[in-house]
Amino acid sequence: MGQARVPVKGPSGEVSGAEPAEGTAGQLAAKQVNAQQRTATVVSIELLGRAAAGDHGAFGEIYSLHKRRIYSLCLRMVGNPAEAEDLTQEAFLQLHRKIATFRGESAFSTWLHRLTINVVLMRLRKKGLQLISLDEAMEPTTEERPGRSFGADDLSLTGAIDRMALQRAIDDLPAGYRLIFMLHDIEGYEHNEIADMLNCSIGNSKSQLHKARLKLREALRVHSREEGQR
Amino acid sequence: MSEQPKSMTCAEFQAQLPEFIGSGASAAGHPHLKECALCRELLENLETIAQAARQLFPEVEPPDELWEQIELAIKKDEGGEG
Repeated sequence: MGQARVPVKGPSGEVSGAEPAEGTAGQLAAKQVNAQQRTATVVSIELLGRAAAGDHGAFGEIYSLHKRRIYSLCLRMVGNPAEAEDLTQEAFLQLHRKIATFRGESAFSTWLHRLTINVVLMRLRKKGLQLISLDEAMEPTTEERPGRSFGADDLSLTGAIDRMALQRAIDDLPAGYRLIFMLHDIEGYEHNEIADMLNCSIGNSKSQLHKARLKLREALRVHSREEGQR
Repeated sequence: MSEQPKSMTCAEFQAQLPEFIGSGASAAGHPHLKECALCRELLENLETIAQAARQLFPEVEPPDELWEQIELAIKKDEGGEG
């Protein structure tokens, strides 16, 4: 029954996330990013006034400080490098337009992160993607019905998690599930924030995240069984 | 939701799991988990998956030429405003 205990930090020692939620180990992990964000923020604040006043050099420095985070965020959200570049460009264009409105009520990096999420969500909506599926939320399939009980055979998700299999499983998630999984489990947003972003109820956000995780677990178990048969 | 019957079934507990998602601390102390290895395992699995998923998305550098494109877009934007 050995569990794969995965270190919380990524290979680069960085953990992605914005405003982390309370509670789980994963969410606590997301909090670690704050220290890194604050370091970047101190430097950025020094430039904000000049950038807001139209100093292109200052804006370029802000880009250099935040490009990695913003591009990576876009790439995680859409999974496509070309589209991620386009979204990063749009995010920094929006930043250029709105930078004078930043009032310092949150960390600059957090503000920029949220601005970028909004850019991504707007793009997804324009593409006609249903960001949250009420049908999926209200009519769970047999396999994911919460009340389903399971036997001993269902237990196994043992050993190390196959990264490729997990990546495929995430890619295969329905769009709405994937979006909420990314926002909550990867980016560290809380359900009330996600509900606000997606115009859905907090319960809906929780329900879809749970189903997303169940789907991933099921996919990994199927993969594990198939590997075991080889 | 704070008072849970000790005889809660797995189905009943799992029906409440979405509520616990994102509040792992309260779920971890749930009475049902103390007596049910299956649900404990399920919860641990789900958390392990979430942690493993975070490692799949390390930060990466955008292409160098992206800044040039952004500069052009900004100039165009400013030109449009002016």
